[in-house]
Amino acid sequence: MIRTEEMILNVGPQHPSTHGVFRLVVKIDGEIIVEATPVIGYLHRGTEKIAENLQYTQIIPYTDRMDYLSSMTNNYVLCHAVETMMGIEVPERADFLRVIAMELNRIASHLVAWGTYILDLGATSPFIYAFRDREMIINMLNELTGARLTFNYMRVGGVKWDAPEGWIEKVRDFVPYMRGQLAGFHDLVSGNEIFLDRVKGVGKYTKEEAIQYSLSGPNLRSTGVKWDLRKDEPYSIYDRFDFDVPTSEDGDCLARYHLRLAEIAESLKILEQAVEQFPAEGAILAKVPKIIKAPKGEAFVRIESPRGEIGCYIASDGKKEPYRLKFRRPSFYNLQILPKLLKGENIANMIAILGAVDIVLGEVDG
Amino acid sequence: MIEELLQSSPSWANFGIFFLLGAVLLLIVLGFVTYGILAERKVMGYMQLRHGPNQVGGKWGLLQTVADVLKLLLKEDIIPKAADKPLFIIAPVIAFAPSFMVLATMPFTDQFQFADIGVGLLYYIAVSGLTTFGMLLGGWASNNKYALLGGMRASAQMISYEIPLVMSVLGVILLSGSLNLNEIVAAQKNGWFILLQPIGFIVFFIASIAELNRTPFDLPESENELVAGYHVEYSGFRWAFFMLAEYVYLFAMSALITVIFLGGWLAPIGFLSFIPGAVWFSLKFSVVVFVYIWLRSTFPRFRVDKLMEFGWKVLLPIALGNIFLTALIKSLFF
Repeated sequence: MIRTEEMILNVGPQHPSTHGVFRLVVKIDGEIIVEATPVIGYLHRGTEKIAENLQYTQIIPYTDRMDYLSSMTNNYVLCHAVETMMGIEVPERADFLRVIAMELNRIASHLVAWGTYILDLGATSPFIYAFRDREMIINMLNELTGARLTFNYMRVGGVKWDAPEGWIEKVRDFVPYMRGQLAGFHDLVSGNEIFLDRVKGVGKYTKEEAIQYSLSGPNLRSTGVKWDLRKDEPYSIYDRFDFDVPTSEDGDCLARYHLRLAEIAESLKILEQAVEQFPAEGAILAKVPKIIKAPKGEAFVRIESPRGEIGCYIASDGKKEPYRLKFRRPSFYNLQILPKLLKGENIANMIAILGAVDIVLGEVDG
Repeated sequence: MIEELLQSSPSWANFGIFFLLGAVLLLIVLGFVTYGILAERKVMGYMQLRHGPNQVGGKWGLLQTVADVLKLLLKEDIIPKAADKPLFIIAPVIAFAPSFMVLATMPFTDQFQFADIGVGLLYYIAVSGLTTFGMLLGGWASNNKYALLGGMRASAQMISYEIPLVMSVLGVILLSGSLNLNEIVAAQKNGWFILLQPIGFIVFFIASIAELNRTPFDLPESENELVAGYHVEYSGFRWAFFMLAEYVYLFAMSALITVIFLGGWLAPIGFLSFIPGAVWFSLKFSVVVFVYIWLRSTFPRFRVDKLMEFGWKVLLPIALGNIFLTALIKSLFF
């Protein structure tokens, strides 16, 4: 008589494939997962509480450290919220710089997602190819902001630094280069039988489930919901650009993989147009008071980060610090569906599903 | 010379000679492992836009592996408290010893072979199967869940892929009419078996990657899933023994492929036979090793269930079909 026993396996917080300090307690029967419980909070720094004692400009560096792969969108959502409350009009040149920076950052973030996802599936080389191209973006942003990851670039009313000489041309040259690389990525991985075997039909969920679990970003669009805040609730100057919102009907890991690559292509389209229309002259910072005080009241704004909808809620009592600050952090919400998806899968699929969600722990833990 | 020694009555002198010869082979193999690892790191490095080792031992990193081994020797030897101590200690030895044993029958050239036994091929396959015990024991004795899963995967994979491996090589045996590796090489005088047995070669090559636990079949130690698989609790020189076993198998398997499919030490074209056999052997051997490294840096990893499916439902039927086809051709045309 064979006796089998379920065992509890602790995946993380030091597991190589949990993309940071994420911990997953899984109950497994052989290699089949019976139950999965995510444990988060290893990177919790209390950003929202700290922010209650900081002036608005001082909060910006803290937002860099939430989703550290896409700091620009975090910067933007905070500044956007304060600007909405104060009714500040951002100069055109600043808006263009913001959009270019955000789209570059989106490409960089998706490159990391792509490279690490393939690395999770066991292939080592594509990761390095992705990071080479990401490095080019990081270098460009470094030139613009003086930092490689935690940019601290945007300010309430505009941006901190103007584009250095020749920088816009560099972005222009980068677009065709990246298009070529993208085709190479597809050649290298997208058609690989082993890869398709591992991601096709894995981690599937429906449109209704995705909406019930409040998913956003590629995780939502992979089920066929055409929802991108850049298109549906245009902020900044996104309504000036012509781009598509790629969606897929499959709802599996392969769909999410393809969507991220398609989004890189769309971002390149936006970059191309933004560089074309970039105003030659103009201020980069609106006329704002020296000490920024949001008027009494509250505001909630949301934008599209690479991982989904990032929102910022500010309740102000008219002081120079917010009374309460809250971020809607997409990775955290996207992670909620994980226990449901993992039930009945094996360990290898667990890695594939977790990787396709594309979490950043700084954002999950806040 | 070896032939005479084998025929002569046992004596201490004979024992000493055999021991020395074994030591010589061990040194050759260790030399290969040292520079095989370096080659793998360099080749993978260049494939991945990196330089690979370039600090220790000049710009080619020639002493990098030596430094690594020294470091492993100096490391603290950790045995987990909850581990099964005797098994934990013996597992790396069980994993390594067969990898060296299989080299005994390998005909590197027509002169350089240690034991020319009649069933050389069978001996290789039988002995190499023993390594699985070492991996399974290591995984079990570590008393670690990841290691256990890795050990289980290792044994399941080895058993599943040993069968297509053996079946695919049967075609070669049918054509050469012998299990003796020397005679298999001699039978390739007019054409390598890679040309006469293309299907058998492909099946054998795929199964051999699985036997070597290399990407895309590196499931027993898949880093991204099981952290390090069966050797997760091992450190220092015990760990080095597992790695050594892996690379000696790479050596042995590449040598075996050279012998049974690429014509061993024979020159590809008759008039080139003035070049010594050892050169031809090492050339072919290096090509095989390079292909293994190349595959490693290209492919993602299989999934466990797909791996089993692939082994049993794809490779095995193809291998069986190949045997049938070979037998048919042989009885009709030869």
